Amino acid sequence: MIPDFGYGVLVLTFFMALYSAIAGIYASINKSQKLAESARRAMLLTFPLLSISSLSLIYLLVNNHFEVAFVYEVTSRTMPTYLKVTSWWGGQAGSLLFWSWLLSAFTSAVSIRKWDRDREFLPWVMVVCGITLAFFLSLAVFFENPFVKYWQTMSGEIVESVFRVKDAILFTPQDGRGLNPLLRHPGMVIHPPMLYLGFVSFVIPYAFAMAALITGRSDDRWIRLTRRWTLWAWLFLSFGLVLGGRWAYDVLGWGGYWGWDPVEIAAFMPWLTGTAFLHSVMIQEKRGMLKQWNMILVILTYDLVIFGTFLTRSGVLSSVHSFAQSAIGPMFFGFIVITFLSSTALLIWRWPQLRAETEMKSMLSREALFLFNNLLFMSILVVCFWGVIFPLISELFVGEKITVGPPFYERATAPLFASLLFLMAIAPLSAWGHSTLQTLGRASWKSAIVALLITVAIFFTFTQSVPALIGFFLIAFALSITLHEFWRATLARVHAQNENFATAFFTLISRNRRRYGGYIIHISMALMAIGIIGIEGFQYETQGTLASGESLNIADYTVTYRELASWDDAPNGVNYTRAVVDVSENGVYLGTLHPRIDYYFDAEQNMTIPGLRPSLRDDLYILLVDWQPVSSMGATFKIYVNPLMNWLWLGSLLFFVGITVAAWPDKDPEAQSARVRGKVYHSSSAD
Amino acid sequence: MKKYLSLVLFLFVFVSLFTSVAFAQETTPTDNQVNAIAKQLFCPVCQNTPLDVCPTEACRQWRELIRQMLSEGKTEAEILQYFEDQYGPRVRQEPPRAGFSWLAYIIPLLVIAAGVFFLFRALKGWTKAPVAESASGGVRNDVSKKVSAQDDYVVRLEDELKKRK
Repeated sequence: MIPDFGYGVLVLTFFMALYSAIAGIYASINKSQKLAESARRAMLLTFPLLSISSLSLIYLLVNNHFEVAFVYEVTSRTMPTYLKVTSWWGGQAGSLLFWSWLLSAFTSAVSIRKWDRDREFLPWVMVVCGITLAFFLSLAVFFENPFVKYWQTMSGEIVESVFRVKDAILFTPQDGRGLNPLLRHPGMVIHPPMLYLGFVSFVIPYAFAMAALITGRSDDRWIRLTRRWTLWAWLFLSFGLVLGGRWAYDVLGWGGYWGWDPVEIAAFMPWLTGTAFLHSVMIQEKRGMLKQWNMILVILTYDLVIFGTFLTRSGVLSSVHSFAQSAIGPMFFGFIVITFLSSTALLIWRWPQLRAETEMKSMLSREALFLFNNLLFMSILVVCFWGVIFPLISELFVGEKITVGPPFYERATAPLFASLLFLMAIAPLSAWGHSTLQTLGRASWKSAIVALLITVAIFFTFTQSVPALIGFFLIAFALSITLHEFWRATLARVHAQNENFATAFFTLISRNRRRYGGYIIHISMALMAIGIIGIEGFQYETQGTLASGESLNIADYTVTYRELASWDDAPNGVNYTRAVVDVSENGVYLGTLHPRIDYYFDAEQNMTIPGLRPSLRDDLYILLVDWQPVSSMGATFKIYVNPLMNWLWLGSLLFFVGITVAAWPDKDPEAQSARVRGKVYHSSSAD
Repeated sequence: MKKYLSLVLFLFVFVSLFTSVAFAQETTPTDNQVNAIAKQLFCPVCQNTPLDVCPTEACRQWRELIRQMLSEGKTEAEILQYFEDQYGPRVRQEPPRAGFSWLAYIIPLLVIAAGVFFLFRALKGWTKAPVAESASGGVRNDVSKKVSAQDDYVVRLEDELKKRK
């Protein structure tokens, strides 16, 4: 009953989205206000409808309706209720519904307010979102239906179908297979929604960009209207990526946070174009340049978002053959090709109108440096994109399966990331319009000396590796320039306004949120880079089998194996095997750690949880790899020392502070942009 | 005396040769030696998982195979080659630098080089363009006002800093 109801509502929503898109096109072409309003209402309806459909699915998940195939695949009786709810996005069919639900929520949010203000854009925004929504719903309705049920035929065969199969009875398995244990980690419970929030929010700026192209408005209005959407999209996507990294570090048991896995890269690629976009829109806002380029970036971001969902969902990564077998693979592929070609066609049509309003005056001006920044982000994208698709190309054309693994990406992207750090350091010092080597040099030489001194100190105390020293120099350079900017501006305020230092500092930031939010993000990037250099360049590891009382040494640490216990937690369906190890450093006892292996009965799968001792200097990360029967009490441990790792997490926390500062809603954005358009740029909208 | 010395030396070298051979046969390679090689290989069954950290039973056996090959005196290169011959080039971390797979390395370089070329050409074109007023003078003025206005903040900041001094 409930599955049929949920499915019925889903089908209805699909037609509603389709209607909204078609009616929107028709209304805009024929200038029919009435039809446009009807399209808008249809779109507004998709949100409550999808919420009802999703609630039906959640009801089925929570109440163990294992006759529904999706429920059987992602839940089991022993799972706690909150995990059953979050299993909504734990499998393919549910996550497509989740994606659609988010998109309908965002589209409704855009069209419910300000409809009158943006009468020009919004019908087309509705059309673009409606088409995207109808596409995702069509996948859920026709190919990956979360409401499909099991039926047992007369011959005893089990088949999947939404509707009753002739002469068959409903088949209800005793228990479900349960969610993949790796996905039961708190980090993984919120990682996919964050990523999806980021993905879906990027649809909105794209929709506005297309609306601007279609209506022929060549100014930066679409960018102003979507600036905050873009920032929040970026925040969610970044948050999703960081959570994914933290999750990998905590449960994947390979001592790292990022493995250049195609699925990770799939989420990273829209982040790259999105970041390039965030920078280059500033040039359009300030200088009226790069209009065409911004369109290209937003189109790329949108299609990379779809491509990212596609890569993780189509099975194409395991093999070209599984791509051909899965129904949604070709659908995704077709949709990406169609949207890419049609957006590009629109862009070419409007190309002449999007010419720059001013010219570049200097290779060292802020806008030129932003262009180099874009070049670097795009170069990283090229490496990532090619690395992800080359195995498929190789398999397709020469029938040879190959792997593109971490060394490929690391070698190719390290110099690009280093150049980005350098740009990040000097770009804030350059002026819009015109800068010279002299002006840049005058503004940065003190910071360069500070950075050099720090690098020399690192040379004598930590490492003599040249690539690492270059990295540390660039980080120190970027940090000292950015901090100096804060210092200078705060002091100026202290002097001019007679404020105390703290007040001046906070007022400075709150009055120029976009500028200083950006600087905070730059500082956070530099901190994250410290962590990345630490773990990439200086990670040590050792592995050994120990009897009780024996020790392994790594760096200054000594890890002594004490004991091991194994027990069942029947209500939760898990067996825990937990080792107790003592940790000391240079003979000083530091504490006890408990690396363990959790075995999930329903999914028949292990999860390796490290014993972790974090510090700002390094993380001691101990994995229980294997153990002998309790009688002999031997166990194998893999131990990593991950230097500077926590700077990465610290940096990411600061990063969120920075984005929040930059994206925090103004009291009245419309009034502000009116003021901006009017005549004077106030300091509050500078940068 | 000299005769004895050379004999002792000879014996010493002879014996040490044998003992080292005996050592090589007796000690089983450590986990670290195995992992150093397994790290460079990708699990032939699981997607994108390095062999040294792959938890599956198959991978455990492959690691034991590496250990066995090491104790037989095989070199790292020989072991890597053995796996490649057995399971194809995808067990290596990177595409082979040969034949079709060269494209994996060349294409990104070419694309990035093209990007650099076009960007610099465009920049050169822009910076060398005559600064004469264009037809859309109105827009230009607006924009330059915009720029100077937003640089205002910086100018004010500099002024205040100067005053402080």
